[in-house]
Amino acid sequence: MSGTPPATAGTQGALVCEAVSHKYDKDDGELAALADVDLQVQPGEFVSIVGPSGCGKTTLLKIIAGLMTPSSGNVSFPGHAQDDPPRNGLVFQEHGVFPWMTVLDNVAFGLEMRQVPRVERQQRAAEFIERVGLQEFGSSYPHQLSVGMRQRVGIARAFVADVPILLMDEPFGSLDAQTKIVLQEELLRLWSHDRKLVVYVTHDIEEAVRLGDRVLVMSGRPGRIREDITVPFERPRQLGRGDPAVSELVWHIWDLLRDDVRSGLSLRD
Amino acid sequence: MSRRESNRQVVDSRWIPAIVVSIALVSWEGSARLGALPGFLFSSPTIVISTLVQSLASGEMFRHIAATLLRVIPGLLLGAIPGFALGIGMGLSPQLRRGLDPLLAAVHPIPKIAILPLVMIFLGVGEASRIAVASVAAFFPMLINTMAGIRQIDPIYFQVAENYGASRLKLLTRVVLPGSLPLVLSGLRLAANVTLLVTISAEIVMADVGLGSFVWLAWETLRVELLYATLIVISTLGITLTASLRFLQSALAPWEVAEPRR
Ligand SMILES: Nc1ncnc2c1ncn2[C@@H]1O[C@H](COP(=O)(O)OP(=O)(O)OP(=O)(O)O)[C@@H](O)[C@H]1O
Ligand SMILES: [Mg+2]
Repeated sequence: MSGTPPATAGTQGALVCEAVSHKYDKDDGELAALADVDLQVQPGEFVSIVGPSGCGKTTLLKIIAGLMTPSSGNVSFPGHAQDDPPRNGLVFQEHGVFPWMTVLDNVAFGLEMRQVPRVERQQRAAEFIERVGLQEFGSSYPHQLSVGMRQRVGIARAFVADVPILLMDEPFGSLDAQTKIVLQEELLRLWSHDRKLVVYVTHDIEEAVRLGDRVLVMSGRPGRIREDITVPFERPRQLGRGDPAVSELVWHIWDLLRDDVRSGLSLRD
Repeated sequence: MSRRESNRQVVDSRWIPAIVVSIALVSWEGSARLGALPGFLFSSPTIVISTLVQSLASGEMFRHIAATLLRVIPGLLLGAIPGFALGIGMGLSPQLRRGLDPLLAAVHPIPKIAILPLVMIFLGVGEASRIAVASVAAFFPMLINTMAGIRQIDPIYFQVAENYGASRLKLLTRVVLPGSLPLVLSGLRLAANVTLLVTISAEIVMADVGLGSFVWLAWETLRVELLYATLIVISTLGITLTASLRFLQSALAPWEVAEPRR
C-alpha cells in the first residue's frame, strides 16, 4: 500500500481504489499498464472485471492484494488503517501452486501461515479438496495433476484460508466447460454462504455476467474502467444456457470491448 | 514414462554397455595371453582382479580407502556447509551478490589443486592442508548451485507466500529451501565429485597413505596391475558417492519429476 493518508471521509464501500495508475519500468522507458482506475466495491459484493488481454487486470489485482505498490493513486479499505489492510486471498492466474508440496499441504498453506494446528488445518483442507473434486489426490504432487486440477488446488487454497476478500484472476481459465459450470455454481454457493467481497477477473464475458453483481469493463492498455454495468438478475440465479437476457448483456459488453481487442491484436503484427 | 512405455527396444539397449564391456574385457584378456600386448603396460584383467582381491584381503587397500575417505568427508562437509550458507545469502540478497560476484568470478576458475602450495604455506605439510584444499574445492559448486537454486525460484511463489502472510522463517522453510533443494543437491553431488578428485590429486603430490599415494606407489614400483586395481577402486568410490547422493536427491525431493537420466 502507498503511504498516502486514509481515504477521504464520505467514500463508501469496503474496497476503494482512487486514481490508481501503474507504470512498469522497461529497458526502453516505461509501460503504462493502468491509468486512473477508480473503483468501489461494497461489502459482500461480487464484482467481475473484463477487459482485453494485457490491459492491466492482473496488475490491478496485485495492487489491491498489496503485493505491488501503484505508481500513483491509492487503495484503501474503509474501516481499516492504511497500514493494516484486511487479509485477502488471491487466486493467481498462473495458479502459483507450490511444486514441492502435496495437494493437501498446498491447500492448507494459508492456515499453516496462520499457525492453525496441523490436524485442524488438514481437516479443513481435506473438506475443500473434496469440494473441488480432488479427494483422491490429497497426497499427490502438482506435477502429477493436469493444469485444470492444479487450478482447482489454487482455488481451494484461497477458499480454505477463509479471508474476507477474495481476488480471483481468471481462476477457471484452463478448465473444461463442464468442470467450469460445476465450480461456478460451487463458487456462488460458497459466496452466498458468507458473502465475501469478491473481485473476479475473467475474459469470459458470459461468466462475468452470470457471476457478478456488477461487471466492470476495462479499456485497452493503459487500462481504465470504461463502463460499470449493474447486472439486473435476481439471486439465486437460475439462468439457463443461452438465456436471452444474458446474451443481450453479453453482446452489449462485447460491443464495448470489440474495438480495443481489435486494435490490441493489430498492434501486435 | 507416460507417453512411451518401455518397449522391447529400450530393454535391449540397456544391455549394450554390458555387451561392449564384456567384449573389451575378453579381447583384452585374449590378447594379453597371446602376448599381443606388452604385459608391463597392460597387464591382464585376471591379474588385475586377483591383485585387487589380494590387496583387499590383506587390508592394505582398505587402509588407503579409509585414509582417502577421512579426507573427502570432512573436506566435503567443511566446504559444502559454508558454501550452502553463503549461497543462501547471495541468493537472497542482491547487495551481497553484487559485492561478492567479482571475487567469485576471479577465484572460481582456478583449478583448486593449484592452491595446494599456498595452503601448505599457511597450514604446513600435513593432513590440515589436504583437507583444506578439498573443502575449498567443495565450497564453490555448492555456493554456485545454491545461489542458482534460489534465483530460479519463480517470483510468483514468493508472492503467494506473501499473500498468505508468511513470516520470514516460513518463507525460508516453505519456499526458499524446498524451492532450491533440487539444485542444492546436485551442487552437493558436484562438490562430492570434485572433492574426491582434488583429494586424490593432493595425495599424489604429498601423502604416504591414501588412494592417490597408492596409485603413485604403484607407478614408482612399476606394478601396472596394482595401478589398474587402485583405479578400479577409485572409480567405484566415485560411482558409489554419486549414486548415493542421487538416491538422497530422489528421497528428499520427490516432486522433481525424475529428470531424464543419462
Ligand atoms: N512484471 C512486469 N514487468 C513489465 N511489464 C509488465 C509486467 N507485468 C505485466 N506487464 C505489462 O503490463 C501490461 C498489463 O499486464 P497484466 O498482466 O496486468 O495484463 P492482464 O490484463 O492481466 O492480461 P491478461 O488478460 O493477458 O492476463 C502488459 O502489457 C504486460 O506486458
Ligand atoms: Mg492477467
